[in-house]
Amino acid sequence: MSMDKMKQSFMAEAREILEDMEHLLLEVEKNPDDVEAVNALFRAVHTIKGSSGMFGVRHVEEFTHVLENMLDRVRKGDLRINEEMMAIMLPSHDHMRLLLDLHERGEDDPLDREAAGTGALLVQKMKLYGQEAGTAAVKAEEPVAAAPEQAAPRADEVKNENWHISLRFNDRVFVNGLDPFPFINYLRGMGEIVDCTVVTDALPPAAQFDPEKCYLGFEIEFRSSMTKETIESAFEFVKDDGVIRIIPPHSSIELYKQLIQDLPETPANIGEMLVQSGTITQTELLKVLEKQKENLAREGVEAKPLLGQMLVEEKIAPREVVEAALEKQRQIRTIEEKNRRTMRIDGEKLDQLINFVGELVSAGENVKQLAAQRTDAELIESASRMSRLIEQIRESSMNLRMVQIGESFRKFERIVRDYCRETGKEAELVITGAETEVDKTLIEKIGDPLMHIVRNALDHGIGTPDARRAKGKSARGTISLNAFHETGSIVIEVTDDGSGLDREKVLRKATDLGLVQAGQQMSDAEILQIIFRPGFSTAEQVTNISGRGVGMDVVKRNIESLRGVVDVESAPGRGTTVRIQLPLTIAIIDGFMVTVGDLNYVIPLDMVVECIEVSREELGGKEGGSFINLRGSVLPYLSMREFLGEEGDLPARGNIIVVEYGRVSAGLVVDKLLGEFQTVIKPMGKVFGKLNWISGATILGTGDVAFILDVPRLIMHVKSSAEPEAARV
Amino acid sequence: MEEYNDAELGNKFLTFSIGKEIYGMDIGCIKEIMEYSSVTRVPRTPLHVRGVLNLRGNVVPIIDLSARFYGYASAVTRYSCIVVVELDVAQERMTMGVMIDALKEVVDVQEEDIENTPGFGAKIRNDFIAGIGKVHGEFVIMLNLERVLDIEELAAFESHTAAAAGNVRG
Repeated sequence: MSMDKMKQSFMAEAREILEDMEHLLLEVEKNPDDVEAVNALFRAVHTIKGSSGMFGVRHVEEFTHVLENMLDRVRKGDLRINEEMMAIMLPSHDHMRLLLDLHERGEDDPLDREAAGTGALLVQKMKLYGQEAGTAAVKAEEPVAAAPEQAAPRADEVKNENWHISLRFNDRVFVNGLDPFPFINYLRGMGEIVDCTVVTDALPPAAQFDPEKCYLGFEIEFRSSMTKETIESAFEFVKDDGVIRIIPPHSSIELYKQLIQDLPETPANIGEMLVQSGTITQTELLKVLEKQKENLAREGVEAKPLLGQMLVEEKIAPREVVEAALEKQRQIRTIEEKNRRTMRIDGEKLDQLINFVGELVSAGENVKQLAAQRTDAELIESASRMSRLIEQIRESSMNLRMVQIGESFRKFERIVRDYCRETGKEAELVITGAETEVDKTLIEKIGDPLMHIVRNALDHGIGTPDARRAKGKSARGTISLNAFHETGSIVIEVTDDGSGLDREKVLRKATDLGLVQAGQQMSDAEILQIIFRPGFSTAEQVTNISGRGVGMDVVKRNIESLRGVVDVESAPGRGTTVRIQLPLTIAIIDGFMVTVGDLNYVIPLDMVVECIEVSREELGGKEGGSFINLRGSVLPYLSMREFLGEEGDLPARGNIIVVEYGRVSAGLVVDKLLGEFQTVIKPMGKVFGKLNWISGATILGTGDVAFILDVPRLIMHVKSSAEPEAARV
Repeated sequence: MEEYNDAELGNKFLTFSIGKEIYGMDIGCIKEIMEYSSVTRVPRTPLHVRGVLNLRGNVVPIIDLSARFYGYASAVTRYSCIVVVELDVAQERMTMGVMIDALKEVVDVQEEDIENTPGFGAKIRNDFIAGIGKVHGEFVIMLNLERVLDIEELAAFESHTAAAAGNVRG
């Protein structure tokens, strides 16, 4: 992987962690004693610090370090999360995000004054909480000039009296004409090498072994009264060809922790590692190992005693060092586990796969049709077996794109919280159906419209606590986000328990704005629809949340561009529900093929309710928008022949296909039914951008092109051309 | 077409006829040429939209240049052809087919042999003309394809579904 790609994935991951972090912060705010959440929060911050350090995102690393110190104290129980701390931590989260964004755009060096100012202020505040001890790791870079004996012992020091030197040479060190051995040998002139462990983890299998490469690392225990600078000078010539870490005697535990975290090797065995880092000796480790064996024999294999725990019990290693080692192991284990369960895939690769699957589906349909023509039973049999497999491949590859919608709901927690802080309103966000799956592309695209709807609900729906109490409601309002599947589509509902839409106010405002003529008679549903008109806003006061007059019309447009519908229901005094219905997938659908004239059309199968054969007489010879009596209820229908301008003889019998979308049904009269067809949606190009009764095209097995009918739009068309007639009836 | 350097610009042109006129287009943007067949018409579209073609799995719109230029559809003969062209419009590559009546040839036309558009006498809109070239002593209209296939204009037709705009009729 190139550095660029690695950095990209670092950015993506850091953003995800930031999202988690925001969620965790809100959790912690609600429940400051939730140890799990606090630990998770700390880990999130710690990870961002570590990785941004690795990728040289200096500002993020430095800033996060201070936050980490503060959280470390929370984690240890020295501090308890309070409102004041939240007021620092949430903006800190935002600041981290900003710093990352700036870095990605290459605008963080130097940092602009505003960002630097915000950062400095936050750091200042955090330092009041964060304890200075944690910064020891940073200070370690400075040479320790004083003789080790003079340093007063501190609580977090290790007992080790030796210097610890950790050497990792680049594999090119030999090629550069340097041999590590003389450097280590040189140390002997300055003191005594107590122990030298050779780290061989980097050794490749013999077949891949390159004798010109250096694969070894060294962990050295070194007793000396020299200064750090002097010891460092021993490695003067190799300092560019490897990583040299020197830890003075009696150093802070933090340094060892850091070392364990920084070592490139996988800690296959904590004990080994602690020996390597010079915290404990080989003899001490052996003792522990023996004891572990005894335990194993006694308790059976499944009760695996934790080596780390035993080391602490034996009081051989300081607790924090063991914790750091365990932490690293756990991190690696979770990463490994995660790798086994989930994988990060380039979206482009996925799109390519889906394209190929689309082609495969078309090709498969073709084979099936040809086989059917040959009347060769065996061929038909194997073609249909292949079709079934293709169907399965199609389903699982479409599933790859499906993600749970819950994650995109989580960001609203913060919106609701911040809004309430700002306005003094009280509201709670209730999320249901978070596990509902939907195409990832759709999730990305409904983010903004949803945001707008939620803000509207907060602004217009939920009243102030006093106003709510006056109406006999609880002071705290509820906004619920609900997602579920319904007839091949996903429905997202945003509901508030506010006062509902004030019809009179809406109507009055619409009349003032000239959207509606004064005195015009409108049905309840029509009045509610006004809110989707461009330029409409009822907010008497323009807030920075909503009410700028750009709103629901944009929401509606965005949703419709995704082939979805948006609707509003509102009960006066009880609340408002905005309902978004979107198709589940966007690339391949199950279709139902029909003909009108000489052309083929596909209707998304999800939207087909039933098919009824009718004679032309039953349609009353009345073409265009009209009605039939469907088991006692009135169904408006549209003659597709007329709509499409097909001429020629009418077939004696036609078929009405009853379609439904967004709880509205209509009939489409077509000539012939051809049956189900797996449809790969192909874009038709910009020339057809305004052709809104077609949502795409598809290629049939024969190579012919069929058009996919945009059923939601056709239903709207049927309704609007039928309604004036209905009024007359 | 900006990407071609000056040495190549205006060198090789494909000439073809639409109605009685002879036109030319820079071969730089031509992807392929095929016989006219299996174009699926699209209902409720204006005359200049001949239909769509399955071009190896992609649905490509076919524009009838006769309808675009003169206002009447071209008749299908055994010389009818589809020239598939690629244009970069607003950083997006667009593939379209244009229907022509008959192919002529690929010719070299030097830049100095291409004259500026005369403001009179042409049967087609002035902005469609990139220049007039002389081929075998005859005048050939070099097309400005970016204007001829201007997507805004090609797509500017009403689709008649009243409710489609989503507005409730008041």
